[in-house]
Amino acid sequence: MLNVSRQHDQAPMRFDLRIISSWIQPESKVLDLGCGEGELLYYLKHQKQVKGTGIEKSEARVARCIEKGLSVLQGDINAEIEDYPDNAFDYVILSQTLQQVFTPDKLIRALLRIGKYGIVSFPNFSHYGIRLQLLLKGYAPISRQLPYEWYDTPNIRVITIKDFRKFSREMGFRILKEVAINTDHHDRHGHVVGICSNWRATYGMFLIGNP
Amino acid sequence: MSEYIEHDPHRISVGLVQKRIVTFAEPPHAMLLESGRSLGPITIAYETYGEMNAAKSNVVLVLHALTGDAHVAGYYNEDDPKPGWWDIMVGPGKGIDTNRYFVVCSNIIGSCQGSTGPCSLNPLTGIPFGFNFPVVTIGDMVNAQKMLMDHLGIRQILAVVGGSLGGMQVLEWCLRYPHMVRSAIPLATTTRHSALAIAFNEVARQAIMADPNWNNGNYYDGRKPNVGLAVARMIGHITYLSDEAMRLKFGRRLQEKQDFSFDFSGDFQVESYLRYQGAKFVERFDANSFLYITKAADYFDIENQYGEGSAVKAFSRARAKFLVVSFTSDWLYPTYQSKAMIQAMKKNGLDASFCEIEAECGHDAFLLPNERLSALIRGFLENVEREQAA
Repeated sequence: MLNVSRQHDQAPMRFDLRIISSWIQPESKVLDLGCGEGELLYYLKHQKQVKGTGIEKSEARVARCIEKGLSVLQGDINAEIEDYPDNAFDYVILSQTLQQVFTPDKLIRALLRIGKYGIVSFPNFSHYGIRLQLLLKGYAPISRQLPYEWYDTPNIRVITIKDFRKFSREMGFRILKEVAINTDHHDRHGHVVGICSNWRATYGMFLIGNP
Repeated sequence: MSEYIEHDPHRISVGLVQKRIVTFAEPPHAMLLESGRSLGPITIAYETYGEMNAAKSNVVLVLHALTGDAHVAGYYNEDDPKPGWWDIMVGPGKGIDTNRYFVVCSNIIGSCQGSTGPCSLNPLTGIPFGFNFPVVTIGDMVNAQKMLMDHLGIRQILAVVGGSLGGMQVLEWCLRYPHMVRSAIPLATTTRHSALAIAFNEVARQAIMADPNWNNGNYYDGRKPNVGLAVARMIGHITYLSDEAMRLKFGRRLQEKQDFSFDFSGDFQVESYLRYQGAKFVERFDANSFLYITKAADYFDIENQYGEGSAVKAFSRARAKFLVVSFTSDWLYPTYQSKAMIQAMKKNGLDASFCEIEAECGHDAFLLPNERLSALIRGFLENVEREQAA
């Protein structure tokens, strides 16, 4: 899903990652699940003195992270998360990955077991562009945020902002902060969406905690 | 480990180096071994590369594998046909940059490349120890290295690095002297030998001990058990490669012939390769050392030694920051063994990184030129250095 070029280190950090980092207290302990090439972790380490760890599946991305001086483990997030003791982290981040998870309920429960807070973001499937595609064209929607055909997508779940709120009630975790955002073509810039977020936002972002 | 020593393609090297020797643990201060016996005096052969800084904070200790030696990098003279065994990794601007770090490597005790081992003279008898040499463990090897560190005035090690049996010493350092080790890079290694690894070692040892020339370890004044040692080495080489590596390297190709010979002189390339490796090995290695070091590897078990059977408990002693690396085709110390050590580190809240490098060449991958491995080690060390300065 992270189809964003990370070649330009000078470019501002992805807009959603900037919001995530604004929620994180300096010098806290952070686990980033599916950390990619470590853009967020690198920022948090150097700007917020955070003690960060990442988990990433791809060997090449893990190697990039370690070369940058980040602590990252190669592995599957669903398996790796189980090894950590309770409350090992202040924040556990699941950025733009929830839609690829096979057992989201199990993962969210594990996330709130090992972390005081969870930060979860995902592409909002009820954005009006997606709704209109399905309504008018009749094909499975393809958007900038979800740029795959039905047969080659890693995104096995469609989630909307309203769905996630419902999920929190059913699972019994608390939503402590919620932000809906709209981003530009490279996701580098964006703005917060105030009203009708479930229609207008490209991403939903949530800070969650135990009840 | 195999020998993969080639000249650096870019001709970059630490240049001429010298093997040094130090002797300590002179009786009555002989070193007490884990077996309860003692050993002394102990001679250690070692080499150093780069300069130690004034704060003595840039020390990287390299630990060699089963048949390695202190000669990690560089050349002994202008006409030296080959450099040290990890010349691709250790040198100016390389993964372990000798412009930044003071690199030390010593030959393990029990070996035969300058440090005290079964082929050394027993001071009590004036003849080689042979099988009178006490059994040494990985812990004993590390204790001897600690004495070398004391001798060099080193109290803090920036990083301990090693693959295979060298990786076992890395782990041992982290648990035996946790406050001395700032970071650790165990490569292609394990916290304890599997039954498979012990089985290969035992077959190799039996090959040596079945050679009539072995003579219970007393062969230093006569014919050596070269047949047994060569067979042992052939077994080793099978474990260092992989099914895929052998298929790519040899397949079923015949060696310099078009058809089977219908005798036992050797038909296949793989046979020829193993015979060549065996024959080459006996020129440089002592059969008794092979027995002692493989025994030390089989005994190594940090879970039992430090954790009453638990890896998690064992790693609760560690203080180092870790970079663990495994290789996909390594069937001697497969990835699951590295993951088990990572799991124990995570449960202890240790700062650890793990990367499984895609490699078709089996266990030996850590010795071969690999830009990814060099970049990982370089990046990791630079970060440890920065964090130390902060």
